[in-house]
This record gives sequence, structure tokens and C-alpha cells, in this order.
Amino acid sequence: MDYREFLDSIDRKAYHEGEWRWQEGDLTVTRTNHWSPPGCHNGCGVLLSVDKDGKLVHIEGDPLSPFAGGKLCMRCLDMVEAVNHPDRLKYPLKRAGERGENKWERITWDEAYDIIVEKVNWIKENYGSHTIIFDHGTGRNIGWQLPLFASTALETPNVCNFGFTGFACYLPRMIGASAKMGEMTIIDVSETHELRYAAPTFRRPDICVVWGNEPLKSNADGFLGHWIVECMQYGTKIICIDPRLTWLASRAEVWLQLRPGTDACIGMAMLNVIIAEDLVDHEFIDNWTYGYEALVESVADKTPEWAAEICGVAAEDIVKAARLYANAESACIQWGLAFEQQLSALGVTAAACDLMGVTGNIDNPGGNLLIKCAFDIEKRYGLGDFKIPREEYAGKMTLSAGIESSDIVACAATDPLMLAVETGEPFQPQMLWIESANPLACSGMDAPRMYECLKKIPFVVVADPFMTPTAVAAADIVLPVAMSCERNAVRTWWTPARSISKCTSYYEAKSDEQIILDLGRRLKPENWPWKDDKELSTWYLTDQYAKEGTRYEGDFEELQARGGFKYDPWDSEYYKYKKGMCRPDGQPGFDTATGRFEFWSWGYNHWGVDPMPYHVEPKDSPVSNPERFKEYPFVATSGGRSYEFFHSEHRQLETMREFHPYPLVTINPEAAAEYGINDGDWVWIETPHGRCRQKAFLFPGIKKDTIHMEHAWWYPEEEAAEPSLFGVFDSNINNMTLNFETGQGGIGSGIKSFLAKIYKYQEGDQMPGVKVTREGGWMDYIPGVMAGDKESAEKRAAEGNEYLQKQLENARRVQNLKVEDADMQGRNALEYAKEHADEVIR
Amino acid sequence: MTKAILVNLEYCTGCHSCEVACKKELGLPKGEFGIKVTEVGPFKYSEREAVKDKWEWTYSPVITQACDMCEARTAIGKMPMCVQHCQAWCMYYGEASDLVAKMDNQNRWALLTNKEA
Repeated sequence: MDYREFLDSIDRKAYHEGEWRWQEGDLTVTRTNHWSPPGCHNGCGVLLSVDKDGKLVHIEGDPLSPFAGGKLCMRCLDMVEAVNHPDRLKYPLKRAGERGENKWERITWDEAYDIIVEKVNWIKENYGSHTIIFDHGTGRNIGWQLPLFASTALETPNVCNFGFTGFACYLPRMIGASAKMGEMTIIDVSETHELRYAAPTFRRPDICVVWGNEPLKSNADGFLGHWIVECMQYGTKIICIDPRLTWLASRAEVWLQLRPGTDACIGMAMLNVIIAEDLVDHEFIDNWTYGYEALVESVADKTPEWAAEICGVAAEDIVKAARLYANAESACIQWGLAFEQQLSALGVTAAACDLMGVTGNIDNPGGNLLIKCAFDIEKRYGLGDFKIPREEYAGKMTLSAGIESSDIVACAATDPLMLAVETGEPFQPQMLWIESANPLACSGMDAPRMYECLKKIPFVVVADPFMTPTAVAAADIVLPVAMSCERNAVRTWWTPARSISKCTSYYEAKSDEQIILDLGRRLKPENWPWKDDKELSTWYLTDQYAKEGTRYEGDFEELQARGGFKYDPWDSEYYKYKKGMCRPDGQPGFDTATGRFEFWSWGYNHWGVDPMPYHVEPKDSPVSNPERFKEYPFVATSGGRSYEFFHSEHRQLETMREFHPYPLVTINPEAAAEYGINDGDWVWIETPHGRCRQKAFLFPGIKKDTIHMEHAWWYPEEEAAEPSLFGVFDSNINNMTLNFETGQGGIGSGIKSFLAKIYKYQEGDQMPGVKVTREGGWMDYIPGVMAGDKESAEKRAAEGNEYLQKQLENARRVQNLKVEDADMQGRNALEYAKEHADEVIR
Repeated sequence: MTKAILVNLEYCTGCHSCEVACKKELGLPKGEFGIKVTEVGPFKYSEREAVKDKWEWTYSPVITQACDMCEARTAIGKMPMCVQHCQAWCMYYGEASDLVAKMDNQNRWALLTNKEA
């Protein structure tokens, strides 16, 4: 692959360079970006063709858009089917039967708004706006819009991914990196340059460590995984750390097939080797870092042999990986979601950052970049939260002290909110707004518990393009949401800043922007001055209440006319820390407490988290619970992505189901043979907490004692009403995952590593939908304590399990928390740390 | 002159983009394809010395009788749908004789041609 040759080969006239909208016969073609819904973390350049009746008839990638270069994944290529799908919600609906019966009455938008406004105002007056929970899902193009709506219209601080314990999606890596190096970090595969691989300052990584993710399928966090494949064609070599063989692992120089949940040990052992063999970058360490001696000491006994035993890999492979990484001229670490879906979340994050630090692979071409969202447009999560009345802000729910009580985490914690629903303490949540989320199918850990929880909330609104299991189970009002090609919007996730242009509409579906504008004006007109979605987008691009605004010059129409993207030169600059580009005072260095890259982190220390890399053994593992391992002899991991789906989306689409009809549990063929399981058999996966059914996928690239389950499955083709709820519980791995179980600082969850058994499904076996909706699920819960673990939680705490003692202590603390005692969220962890930077550390 | 699609088999990831891009362009229903990716592996070589302990996992697209090399698109200067959308950047379109020149001995290549209607 030669990118320059590619650029030269494009017939630019054929792709209408310089135009953003044109006619081709009867078709109107628009150059824009696809973000969501339905969709993902990225915003790829697309060309959309709409016919004279306003129907989307064709989609293709835009080769003139550097982000994806005209390449699209199969989901985007199936967009015409998604947009014109007959199951889409066409009108606002009001519940006509009982919750779960799937009986609805069509109403007008005005009726829907009237009902919502009356209810919200009544709740605000009688219970306070903090009793409204706002739930939204991951990464779709609602990350600034919905918090703005929650903060400045509903006026609730309780915005979160409801049911998703431990902020276990990207946040730990973001705050960990911010604490240690003052910015977020992404790997450099040329994505910050408009000229991409042909940019003169770019150099492809020698080594790319692909760790805890399958980026080709997941494309997470604004990063297109196939960029790595492009770099491989320029010579990049791969090190892969993953319990499963992936395409990248099969091509890796070293593949470390570790036991799920033990990643931090690999990182610490690599640090041990690099330091012991003096492969470190002394120039970087001497000039730009802080606390190196503490790191040297902390990993001195973390030998490859020590890690090899815990992780189940060969010590010499760890050594080999460490040497390859450290000896490379440029090397980067592409980290993934597995980092925080283990209890060592911040520990493994620290280890990975320290690997970048000891080798100086920070902000160098082909290394790990210091990165901001383009033009400083997206400064922080939680837009507008300063407008929430302070007495309501005091009702923001947090569980543990430290991290959540710092401004660095703007979202509320889900566990105490669930506890509040279950116990009425410290208040009874009165309303739940769900938009861009489907907690029963996807994000709600312990789905049966989530189901019961939803039923206890008096008023529930769901806004979505499709009727979801969550909406059927719980919604009182359902609002039809427009898809990406039906909205005007802007977004940044790293760079470039991008716009999305409305090309068509679908019945009465409205965009996320339009819904929040309509309701914002009705609920809190003084906070909603914008005349339309374009004006709102321009305000987001350029203003956002800030004294100095953003660095973006222009407006929505200008960005649209550029073809929908603009690169930020700040992001494409290398060695920004040497050039005084990171610190507010303009001095060289990092934007940390010490101004240096911190091996010993003030931020971590302030949060009450071990400031050095650490490993926490999964709660239920062959090591921590050998007794249970005898009965549940598989380490179960989950959540690996597939090309066909984005979380719980795309299950309606015939084309996606043609390629991927059923959920798959990956089993090693030898293990399957022992259980008489054949490829394609329905198999139960069971823990002491519950079970679900998936189809066996026999695969030699997984260890004999490990299985992998797919997440977020439901069956839009099945019965919507209970007990089925579109079959949402039947294949749901969240029948087995647990809330109220986090790593240090309330961060991270254990959902990628627990113990399970498998056995064949027999005709007539009871399906989980019936169990959950008709029989109350598998067990009772202790509010605030690890779900369903009644027999062991208190016993093990009494036996001296410090982790459980802390859990119980936290639970009691939250149970006793009064609204007026809740932390006021004014403190900023890093500010605090900076103020105390001159104190002696140890 | 023979138009062709060249595939670098080292980098095909099996992402299905070419299959869906083509299906949609040709309006092919469920079960029908204009291009389909086949899979070999994964397995680990056990004996043969040169590849012993290496993983084999190769994907390779096959074009069907339905393929017309996106005649209508290429006539106006656009790329065939499969080539344009190949996420792995391992497909090239052009004159067969030009594409042959790319076929070095550092990669496994496949040159695909269709049959004129």
C-alpha cells in the first residue's frame, strides 16, 4: 500500500472534490460524515445519495476524506437497509398497557412534550431535579448533547451509563493517562495528519503493542483499527497481548496469550526487564520525568517468571516482548477496553503509561501521542453542569471517595443510583431518561437486577430509533430518534473536527439535537437560546460558555462546506511537551502536578489509588477461588466485538444477521469434545449467579480453560412482550456479571474475568426470560453489596477479606448518606495535587 | 485489455466490507454474493520446518459470475465498490498487465479477473 500513490490515483472530479452537495440525475448526493445512530465511535466520511422522494438509496465512502480514505465497514455499507428499516419508530408513543406488555398509543410530539414537561416540573418541585437519572450509552454522537440537556434542562447531576459499574469503559485510561502525562494518549498511525501516511513528519511505528483489544473489529474511542494494518504494510511489527487469537495476534512477533484479568502483571514484568537490562531512555527519564526511582523499586521483584506463573504465558515471551518494545526506534501501545473491565484497571493503565515513559515513546512519530480533541472543542465531559442549582448538584451520587469526588469524572456513579432505586436511600429516583442506551441488552451489568430496578422507577422515557427490550420493559413514553443522515450535528473525537449534514428525514423521527432543543426551550428557556440545530452546533464548535471559547474559527455551515472536516495543527505536532504546548503557563513540560511525566503519580495518590502499577486478582479466578474453579472450570471472558454489530445495535438488519445470525461462545475444540459439544450447538454458560445460552464456536485460538462470550444480544424478530422481551435475557451474559464490584478508587469492573461452567442446552430447558420476568430471577440481592453473593459476601468479609470489608463499608456509608452530605463536586484532583506538589512524597 | 483486481493476501483481514459493498451495489439478496471472502485457518503448523509453530489464518476474496468489475462506476472514474471500501487497503483495481508489476515476492498476491458478459 502506497498512500501517495493512492492519493494520486483518485479521479477527483468523479468524486466531486470541493463540493459538499450536488445532483447526479435524480439523486442528490451529500458529502458528510456518518456518526450515529446506528453506529459507533467513529465518524467516517461518506457520500449519501437521496432520491427525489427523499429516500436514502445509496451510501459509499468518501475517498477524499482522510479519516477513513473512503473505506467503510460492513455496517455503514448496510446503512440504506438500516435507515429504511420497517421496524423503525415512526411516531412518539405512550404506554397503553402495563409495562412489559408492549401496548402503545400513538401520540403527537406536542402531547409527548406536554407529558414530559409536566412530569419533570412536578418532580423538580416535589422531589428535586437530582432525583432524575439520565442514562446514555457509549461514544455515539450524543456525548456533549445529552449531558448538556441533562444539566441545563432536566437540571440533574445524575448522568451516567446506568447499570455499568466502575466507569469501566475508557474513563480509567483517560484519567490515568491525564494524571501521569497531563493529556490523553493515542497511538500515532498518522491519523492526526491530513496527509496521513504521506505526511513528511510522520514515521510509522516500528512496534505496535496491541493490548486488550481487537481494534480491527472494535474501532473504539475514535480509532479505526485498520489503520494498524496500513502501518503494517509500511513495516510496523505487532506484539499482541490477548487471551484470544486475533488476526493481529496471528501475525504478531510475540503473542502473549494471558489469563483474562492479569494484564497488569505483563506490564510490570516488561518494565522489570526493560529496567534490569537498561533498555530505558535515559535522556527522557532524566529530563522529563518524576518518580523514576519509585518505579524501579516497585517493579524490582516483578520478574518475567513471577508474571508468567500468574498469567499463564512463557517468561521468555515476556522478555522478548519487552526487548522488542524497548529497542524499537518508535513503539506504541494500542490499549483497549480489557484494561478497565478488570479490577486492576488503574494499575494496568499505570503500567502501560510507564512503559511509554521509560522508553520515551511519548509524542514521538510512531509512538504514543499527547492528544486533545480538535481545537479544544471538547474540553471535558458534563457540558453545562455548572448551571445545575447547587442544592441539586449536591445530590450527585458517588460511591467511593477520591476519583469520583474530583471534577475529572463528571458522571455520577451508577451503583449508588441503583442502590437509591432499590432502597429509597438517600432519595427515591423519580424518573429515568434513557437515550442512546439499551441497558437490559447491553450496558446493564446484572441484567435481572437492572430489570427489577427499572420497574421501580415511576416515570421512564426512552428515546431510540427502534423499540428496544428496555423500552418494552420499562418505558412510559418512547420517542423516535432520527438516524445520522437525518441530523445536523458536529463532533470531535480527537481530530479532525467533523460535521454531519441532514440529507433526509423519516416519518416523525427527530434528531437528538432537535429533541433537546424542543424540550430545553420548554423546560428552561433561559438556558436554550439557540434557534436551531445549526446554531447549537456552531455554539458547540466555537463557544461553550468558555471565557476564551475554543480554538475553532468558523461555524457549522463553514465546516459543512469544507466537506465536513477540519484538522487541528496542535494534534499533528510532535514533541509538544518540549515546545511549551502542553502547560497552561506555556513552559516546556507536561500538564501534571510536577510538570513532568509522573512515574509516581500525584493524581493517583490523591485519588487514594496505589500510585505504582499494581495487580488485583479477579474475585473469582483459579487463583483466588480454587474451590469454585473445580465446579466452574472455565475462565469466562466476554465482550469481544464482531464486524457486524455495534453493541446492541444492528440486530434488526438482515444483512448483518446473514453474516452473524446468533451469539457465539468461543470454546477450545478439545474442551468442547470433553463436554460432547459440537460447533453450532446451543450451550448454556452458567455461574452461581445465572446463566445464558449461546451457540458454540469451536476455535483453536483460545486456551482450553478459557471461554469467550458475546455481549449485547437480543432478537428483534422474537416476541416483544414479556416474558420474552425480544429474547433479551436468553443470551445475555449480564445474567452473570455483577454490579457493586470495582477496583481501587471505585474504578474498573471484573466483568471480563470470572468463573463459569458450560453444558449443552436440552430441548425444554427453561429460558432465562421466563426465569427473570416471571420468577423473579435467580436470587435476591443485598442492596449495595456484590449482587447475589449473599452467602459469601459477609462471610468472607468477616474472615478478613479487606476488599469485601471495604465494599461493605462503602455500602453502609452510601446507605447512611444524606443528600446534604454528598460531596460537592468542586474539587479538581489535579489542581489539588498541584497545590500540594511541594510536599514530601514518602 | 483486461481489467483486474489485485489482492494482497497478506493483509486481507476478512472484514466483509468488500462483500457487503458489492451486495448492495448489485442488489443481491440474502445468500448471494458478487465477491465472497474465503477463510483458511486458523491452525498452527506442527511439522513442516519452515513454518513450524506459525499460525496460518488467511482470507482470500473470490469473485463470482455476478461481478462486472463495477463497469458503470469505473466508466465515470470511480473505483469498484469492493476496492474502494477495502479496509485493509489490500485491493487494487486496474489493467491486469499493470497490476502484475506490483506482484513482488514479498507477499502472497492474487490477481482476479472476471468473465465478460
